Amino acid sequence: METISIDVVIIGAGGAGLRAAIALAETAPQLRIALISKVYPMRSHTCAAEGGAAGVIKPDDSFDMHFDDTVGGGDWLSDQDCVEYFIHEAPKELLQLEHWGCPWNREADGSVAVRPFGGMKKKRTWFAADKSGFHILHTLFQTSLQFPSITRFDEYYALDLLVDDGRCQGVTAMEMRSGQLRQFHAKAVIIAGGGAGRMFPFSTNGAIKTGDGMAMAYRAGAPLKDMEFVQYHPTGLPNTGSLLTEACRGEGGILVNKNGRRYLQDYGMGPETPVGQPQLKTMELGPRDRVSQAYWHELQKGNTVTTQWGECVMLDMRHLGEKKINERLPLVRELAEAYLGVDIVKEAVPIRPVVHYMMGGISTNTAAATPLPGLFAAGECACVSLNGANRLGSNSLVELLVFGRRAALSAIEHIESLPAANTAALNARAEDTQSRIRELFSRSDSTESMSGLRKEMMDTMEKNVGIYRTEEGLQEGVNKIHELRERYRRVILTDKTTVFNTDLFQVLELGSMLDCAEAVTVGALARKESRGAHQRLDYVERDDKNYLRHTMVRYQGMDSPCVDYLDVVITKSPPGVRDYSGDHK
Amino acid sequence: MSNSLPRSQPPLAAPNGGAVASLGRPGGNNERLVQLEVLRYNPDTDTEAHFQHYEVMCQEEWVVLDALNKIKADIDPTLNYRWSCHMAVCGSCGMMINGEPKLSCHAFLRSYEGVIRVEPLTHFPVERDLVTAPDDFMEKLKRVKPYLIPKETKAVSEGEYKQTPAQLMKFRQYSMCINCMLCYAACPEYGLTPSFIGPAALTLAHRYNIDSRDGGRKERQEVVATHEGVWECTFVGACSEVCPAHVDPASALQQMKITSSIDWIVEHLIPGGKS
Repeated sequence: METISIDVVIIGAGGAGLRAAIALAETAPQLRIALISKVYPMRSHTCAAEGGAAGVIKPDDSFDMHFDDTVGGGDWLSDQDCVEYFIHEAPKELLQLEHWGCPWNREADGSVAVRPFGGMKKKRTWFAADKSGFHILHTLFQTSLQFPSITRFDEYYALDLLVDDGRCQGVTAMEMRSGQLRQFHAKAVIIAGGGAGRMFPFSTNGAIKTGDGMAMAYRAGAPLKDMEFVQYHPTGLPNTGSLLTEACRGEGGILVNKNGRRYLQDYGMGPETPVGQPQLKTMELGPRDRVSQAYWHELQKGNTVTTQWGECVMLDMRHLGEKKINERLPLVRELAEAYLGVDIVKEAVPIRPVVHYMMGGISTNTAAATPLPGLFAAGECACVSLNGANRLGSNSLVELLVFGRRAALSAIEHIESLPAANTAALNARAEDTQSRIRELFSRSDSTESMSGLRKEMMDTMEKNVGIYRTEEGLQEGVNKIHELRERYRRVILTDKTTVFNTDLFQVLELGSMLDCAEAVTVGALARKESRGAHQRLDYVERDDKNYLRHTMVRYQGMDSPCVDYLDVVITKSPPGVRDYSGDHK
Repeated sequence: MSNSLPRSQPPLAAPNGGAVASLGRPGGNNERLVQLEVLRYNPDTDTEAHFQHYEVMCQEEWVVLDALNKIKADIDPTLNYRWSCHMAVCGSCGMMINGEPKLSCHAFLRSYEGVIRVEPLTHFPVERDLVTAPDDFMEKLKRVKPYLIPKETKAVSEGEYKQTPAQLMKFRQYSMCINCMLCYAACPEYGLTPSFIGPAALTLAHRYNIDSRDGGRKERQEVVATHEGVWECTFVGACSEVCPAHVDPASALQQMKITSSIDWIVEHLIPGGKS
């Protein structure tokens, strides 16, 4: 097996991975960086983010307000030292992107424009029409092309971390084009591999969001944190699950049920605000968890609209007018038109909540460091505890930047004083990967189809780990995912050839998703309270006495994982009431 | 919020009890048997490419990618292609559909009758099945320096470069390129002259050249204003026709030719006019 010796390996070349690579190249140009991704960087799912990125820039805004919105939005499960660091870095990072050419929308005087977003008390979301993530990703990718110290390994599928002497020292990866295994020996590894939304059947996430980075760290001994917090975005297209950005509501779109009632007023987010005059932090600008949960209640009450794609509520943007829609929401108009046949200028569009984002992930501290020395993580794959129990829209694009950069700086610090690597030990670890792949190719007792197992996993997650959860349902989920992990050991690899074998990668991705799914279900069963995106029908209250803590799930091979807890960092905001009732008290 | 509300119902399940895995779409009644002819090639086992015929039951509103996903999940796991976002923004799933370069996630079954022929994106080497090697495009993209070379340097702490909405609108369209390479597959010049830098990369160079914050045009001209650059383009306009992001590379290339001509005139015809 070929060995590539390098200083820092980054796994994942989306927003966080690219930002980390650029920070490394700028800060320590003498370091050799390997940027590994299972897709070409432009294909990374950062490209699908639409609405924008939050950072305090306008004179009427303040860091304290961004802090309060984020901590309250996260139902007090955010680490407040992390939030503090984040809000101060956010505007710097967004300005840095501006300096790299990102086409942010502008005010008439040439300054950067901001728009309202859910759960935010002030307008502070920077945006590039409704393709903000796309422009951030391409700006970062194009900027990265000027740095000679970044070597890209596009379409390399990362397999296992190489851990020796208690620290992470590299990774094995397969070149997809050839099927050849390579090992990367490095002084530090940064995982920026994205989320795992594809473990659910109905998701905004692209096909590549299979939690490989999370699972890799988990298997190597790094704990996964707060995995039970899965965000449903309130407004997905009911057939494809494509995202219709929260900016639809930020710009003034309203949600109505089959009776034409703006039902959010019935769920603690009223009273009703005038149509077309969105008011911050109330009604349609409530936080995602609350807005998605309101849909569930409308469904129970029989207030949803029955469509050929299932039960929906309606997102009405007609009053915004064609000009504003074309200027601010062109992608939304195109998506609804192409995939649903609805012109949002003329008709309300049916929508329903859709799995969107994992608040949980690889446990990291504010320095983007995991408990495993030498391993750093950033972006959706990490849980730095910025987002707590519910992420506010437009905080995650900034999170990529702030903690992508921070992971790079921490990695530089880490490699300053390292003992020499034990190459023989690393080679032996890499052999383990090789044996694992060989076994897949040679196994003779295969009985389980990949697509069959995948469907059972998705159905289990949807049925048992949805917006509202129960002890009984979660226990069933835990049992079923455990059973699927057992059966996965007999999964059939149909295609035994070497070149761009997507059958093989789908089998491996399914393994990653099952590991993540186990952490989600086990964490959800153990958390006997309702907080943010984790809502239990049998424990309806938030329980700060017992659960103002992070869930830490640790891998135990085929045994059930260990669950323990870590205290939340509270610096200045004690747990309080989440108030989304606008100006009315 | 809603703790006082009744919570006796089971957790949310998909209305149809869980949609088809890779498709994420609930069932409907407008099913249709779709026939596809897909070009297959595996360098491990094949000496040459061949078509394979598939028949698959699809929803009328599906796209070609949905049909391929159903084939991969239910019929033939050995079929290979790239895809991710299913919303025409990641640029992964470009292929030839009935001879036209298309994103398969944006090629609606309702637009096709009879057997649908699916082939890898033309003008690129095939790695396997519908997977092509984009190395040439990636290299050219890098050569045109598609990043901001600031006209004046300014520290981040000094705030943003001011840019009016009008200045933004000048280049925004050209910044929408998703790098799907459909324009390269459509471009007859690229087919004939592989050294041609091509529509998407040149358009991105232009995008930065006309950005009010940028001062790098001269640096880019070394690549752009050469024989392999804009002058190779014969303005067929096929690039703009197939572009799924409405970037209109043809107009970018024409604008570049005009500015390059002005450069030449200034340099050669106007006395003392070295640009």
